[in-house]
Amino acid sequence: MIELIDIHKAFGAKKVLTGVNLTIPSGESMVIIGGSGTGKSICLKCILGLIKPDSGTILLDGADVATAERDAFLARFGMLFQGGALFDSLSVWQNVAFRLLRGSLKRPKAEAREIAIEKLRRVGLSPDVADLFPAELSGGMQKRVGLARAIAAEPEIIFFDEPTTGLDPIMAGVINELIREIVTEMGATAMTITHDMTSVRAIADRVAMLHDGVIQWSGPVADMDASGDPYLDQFIHGREDGPIEAVR
Amino acid sequence: MILLSPLGAVGRSVLGLLGAIGRVALFSGQAVGHIFRPPFYFKEFLQAVLYIGYFSLPVVGLTAFFTGGALALQIYAGGARFNAESVVPLIVAIGMVRELGPVLGGLMVAGRVAASIAAEVGTMKVTEQLDALVTLSTHPMKYLTVPRVVAATLTMPILVAIGDVIGVMGGFTVGVTRLDFNAATYLNNTIDFLESWDVVSGLLKAAVFGFIVAMMGCYHGMNSARGAQGVGRATTNAVVSASVLILASNYILTELFFAA
Ligand SMILES: Nc1ncnc2c1ncn2[C@@H]1O[C@H](COP(=O)(O)OP(=O)(O)OP(=O)(O)O)[C@@H](O)[C@H]1O
Ligand SMILES: [Mg+2]
Repeated sequence: MIELIDIHKAFGAKKVLTGVNLTIPSGESMVIIGGSGTGKSICLKCILGLIKPDSGTILLDGADVATAERDAFLARFGMLFQGGALFDSLSVWQNVAFRLLRGSLKRPKAEAREIAIEKLRRVGLSPDVADLFPAELSGGMQKRVGLARAIAAEPEIIFFDEPTTGLDPIMAGVINELIREIVTEMGATAMTITHDMTSVRAIADRVAMLHDGVIQWSGPVADMDASGDPYLDQFIHGREDGPIEAVR
Repeated sequence: MILLSPLGAVGRSVLGLLGAIGRVALFSGQAVGHIFRPPFYFKEFLQAVLYIGYFSLPVVGLTAFFTGGALALQIYAGGARFNAESVVPLIVAIGMVRELGPVLGGLMVAGRVAASIAAEVGTMKVTEQLDALVTLSTHPMKYLTVPRVVAATLTMPILVAIGDVIGVMGGFTVGVTRLDFNAATYLNNTIDFLESWDVVSGLLKAAVFGFIVAMMGCYHGMNSARGAQGVGRATTNAVVSASVLILASNYILTELFFAA
């Protein structure tokens, strides 16, 4: 279980998070929605310790992550970055198998490559992309390689930052299915950021909406349509008029 | 504003400079600490050796050759005023191995290697690849900085040693073809009078310069601001700061080694 308690984060004068409170139960799929630039990616990075919140506490299974042993802590996580963040000096399969080629999870090269190719297949990429370099792939393909890398070591907790952005509808469906599978079959905890309402309905057990630096609404996905929250209603229906100003 | 308060401007830049020195020192301390704690990424180290050492050979060799040649001409001109043309071989050799070999080699490598390290690491930072490394349980300092710093520190002396030989050969070529030296005499004068400390001190300097170059590349890369402009600025700063630090530390080392 991950708990965010009163998280604040500002960049200079710009206050991005102003008291985020959120609980992600183990083995569930939480989807974070919210306008562009509201701090969703920052939230994920705070949990991983890539960005230090100005104040507030983050607990993983009841223990403060700020004082956790870093290596053991990070070994439990996988993360798909919004921009892919593939290592462009390494080939696709070496990117996917990065964790399996060094450190505590190290295994023989041939085996690591086999696992990488299997993960690539699961995100809809054929084995012949394995030896290409990230720069030779399209944006959507890079995204899927990033996804394969995030799940390669089968972590308990996986963060997906906009997994389906830049994919065609069919491929987006495949990826939604995959994320759902990882949660139900592997029992992983997933936290996904997405702008795509189809994805939200396909992936989520619970939904949280970030607006104005706080969690505006959170609850089970089934309650989303009848929430009565004007912010959430405006967002999920993509209406121009409502409490959220479209032109900022 | 700057024109109106010159003292304020001076104060700010001094504070800025002191802050930067502190940050660089802290960064270097951390990097050195990581060298002695496992894991050591050997493959990345070998790649860095190849890139920093081997591929810098042409540029260092050419620099040394022409510098040795020019040195021979100048020293001949100076020596002629005292009827002491025979010092040319020794002074060329001393000038090369003690001073110009390491310094010019260091500056050339700073231009080539500090820039490319800063651009590479800076781009990795900007595209979140450094964050990705962390989430994959790999410390960027260990994976990126340590292999490059160790490789540069170890290969620079070798690079400069080769440069020294080529530089002396440059002087020899000019001496024999343009200044009517006897080839055997020239070589004997060089070998007989050059002391091993002349050479070793230059190689020690080279190791320090190698350390500076890789450290500046990594430091500025990892602290690059966002966007292409940030990476561009990091690259420039890496080359400029590496060059200045090489020249400054060269003075300090010369003082240490040779001030009697
Ligand atoms: N390193 C940084 N320095 C300064 N400001 C930053 C930095 N990183 C993010 N921000 C600001 O924080 C805000 C939130 O950024 P974040 O990337 O979390 O947005 P997001 O909710 O993920 O948006 P999107 O859906 O477009 O990805 C943005 O307004 C951005 O300008
Ligand atoms: Mg984002």
